[in-house]
Amino acid sequence: MNHLVVYLLVSAVLFVLGLLAVMSRRNAIAVLMGVELILNAANINFVAFTRFSSTTLDGHLVAIFVIIAAAAEAAVALAIVLNIYHNYQTINVDDAASLRG
Amino acid sequence: MIIYAYLILFLPLLAFVIQMFFGNRLPRRGDFVSISAVLLTLALAIALLAMVLVFREPGFHSQSLFHWIDIGTFQVSLGVYLDNLSVIMLFVVALISSLVHIYSVGYMQGDPAYARYFGFLSLFTFSMNGIVLSAGFFSIFIFWELVGLSSYLLIGFWYQKDSAANAGKKAFLVNRIGDVGMLIGIMLFWSAVHSFNFETIFGAVEGGSLAGTTLTIAGLLVFCGAIGKSAQFPLHVWLPDAMEGPTPVSALIHAATMVAAGVYMTLRVFPLLTAEAQMVIAYIGGFTALFAATIAVTQNDIKRVLAYSTVSQLGYMVLALGVGNYVAGFFHLVTHASFKALLFLGSGSVIHAMHHGLETVNDHETDPQDMRNMGGLRKKMPVTYVTFLVATLAISGIPFTSGFLSKDAILAGSLAYAMAHPNHFMLPVFGFGAAILTAFYMFRQVFMTFHGEPARPEVHDHIHESPQVMIAPLGILAAFSTFLFYVLPSVNPFSTHGWLQSLITKPATVAGESTTAAAEELGHVLHLAHEPAMLISISAAVLGILLAYLFYQRKVLDARAWAQRLSPLYQLSYHKYYMDEIYSKIIVQPFLALCRVVAVFDMEWYDKVVIDGFAGVIRGVSRASRWFDDTVVDGILVNGVGKIVVFAGAVIRLFQTGRLQNYLMMMLFGIILIFAFIVF
Repeated sequence: MNHLVVYLLVSAVLFVLGLLAVMSRRNAIAVLMGVELILNAANINFVAFTRFSSTTLDGHLVAIFVIIAAAAEAAVALAIVLNIYHNYQTINVDDAASLRG
Repeated sequence: MIIYAYLILFLPLLAFVIQMFFGNRLPRRGDFVSISAVLLTLALAIALLAMVLVFREPGFHSQSLFHWIDIGTFQVSLGVYLDNLSVIMLFVVALISSLVHIYSVGYMQGDPAYARYFGFLSLFTFSMNGIVLSAGFFSIFIFWELVGLSSYLLIGFWYQKDSAANAGKKAFLVNRIGDVGMLIGIMLFWSAVHSFNFETIFGAVEGGSLAGTTLTIAGLLVFCGAIGKSAQFPLHVWLPDAMEGPTPVSALIHAATMVAAGVYMTLRVFPLLTAEAQMVIAYIGGFTALFAATIAVTQNDIKRVLAYSTVSQLGYMVLALGVGNYVAGFFHLVTHASFKALLFLGSGSVIHAMHHGLETVNDHETDPQDMRNMGGLRKKMPVTYVTFLVATLAISGIPFTSGFLSKDAILAGSLAYAMAHPNHFMLPVFGFGAAILTAFYMFRQVFMTFHGEPARPEVHDHIHESPQVMIAPLGILAAFSTFLFYVLPSVNPFSTHGWLQSLITKPATVAGESTTAAAEELGHVLHLAHEPAMLISISAAVLGILLAYLFYQRKVLDARAWAQRLSPLYQLSYHKYYMDEIYSKIIVQPFLALCRVVAVFDMEWYDKVVIDGFAGVIRGVSRASRWFDDTVVDGILVNGVGKIVVFAGAVIRLFQTGRLQNYLMMMLFGIILIFAFIVF
């Protein structure tokens, strides 16, 4: 059994779990956590592909960039969540629907 | 000199404009504007007259022309033309006009439309000077219509009276008949010569561009204008009715100047008249002279007698022109202007006094112009009486008056014509017959008005002589009605060679050799006819006066009994030969009937079928197009587009939930679809 497939399977499971969390959870914090899962699934893929197909460290670098971007994203997103809470007294994403057409 | 002519022409126009716009706001309601304009005109006219008297040059003429219309080959020049004829005529017009203006100050005192009256008088003076100064047919026709207009305005001056308004209309319409002929004549000359200027036309006709019968007809057509304006038979019917206007107007327009414009115009175009045309003109004039005199004999309205007398005297002038007695025709025009103006102003003075007398005794029914209500006014109005008598003697042709000189010249001319052409013996008969009647009806008027017993003693007690401002013009005109002014530089009352005869000579005809020959022939016999004509005319006048004396002063002959005895003739004359009735029956009534038919056609057929039908079609088309607009354009196209957009929006807005997770779900499905698309 090819080792790469194992990594990809883990990553796919992680991605689907994250996607499910983003799409089904109503709590904004839980949605953010789902996003983290998706990002990390992508990181696993990057690292795995680099390990098995290349002699360079490109994937690792991208993974590190993703971790930094995720940290920044989490900081901004949590600030938005706080503001939503200030305005709506809730962090239920369904209630923050004032852009509805 | 030309600048004088332009000033004479335009000063009264200026006065007219000022009167019309500011008259009522000026002190004395502006009468001094018109009067000073006309007095200036008189001064300039006297200056011009003095100049030509100093020149003493029969052929003097001077003109100033400018192009008015200049379109390709169509060129019309306007301008003024001065010669001895127009200078003397200007003097006559200015003199009579000035005196009438001054007289009107008294006569029209207190009239509500005092300013308008003087404005119209100025307009008339302007138009009349325009005729006199015209250098061609075009401008003479313009001013011809302008005097017609001012005559209309002044006849209908008291337009509140139906009779005055109708008389104005009648005068205008009857004149129009003559003017149509004149216009056609002018067009004939234009088509042959391509010019309106008299001198050019004379030159071209002499060169033969218009000759023979065509020239005769063209000349007679132009003369039609004179028939209308100078009230010759058969278009004389308007003049007696024109007496509805204020009396000074009758004196100025309907006795002295405007009605003489026809004669003046004929004098202007005289070289164009062929011998045949002159003969027709002579008969028209001679017949009119006698015809109008027979009507004047039986009229009782003081102004109507004078009106018919004017028609008759104008007939004399036309007769004189017809027989080729050019100078006598113009001479009579000049003398007639003053003595007829004097007669009218005198009658105005009488009417003024009668009106005042009747008002004082509270009689508003009696006609102040009816001579049967007068009588014995001589002692109450001495100045009016004496001046009126002078004019009456003048019009009757008694020696030592102006009328004697001119009338004698005319009668001598017609007698000479008959001597040269024995076939035309009727012309002197007309002339001498009219002379007897003239003396008769004029003295009948004097006796009925000023002599005898007062017909209404209670009114008679309240009669006063008219104010100074009215009397003074009478005195001046009386002076001009004596022989003295006209025989200068001689003082012989029978002289036939005054200054006027030395200034005016008969122009050489341009109408061909036969006409020249006829003119020469007349010249040969004219001096032979002079003495017999003088004797006959004096006896005719004396006979007329004697008859009037016997009938109306001594009453040896009973006028009523004679009227009974000559009943058919009397009735005919009293009813003016039923001319008005005949015209009414054969022209006015059929015309009105035709109008009614046309009106019915217009109202019933044209309006209802054509106009209303057309409107109906338009409305139908409009309705259809409105339906199309409402239903198809608005309903389907315009609203349809809107509805589609609204519907699409309603559907699409459902996708816009505002929930991130829904969007994410759709993204996921989209990605899955793209993958599926790529893989399979």
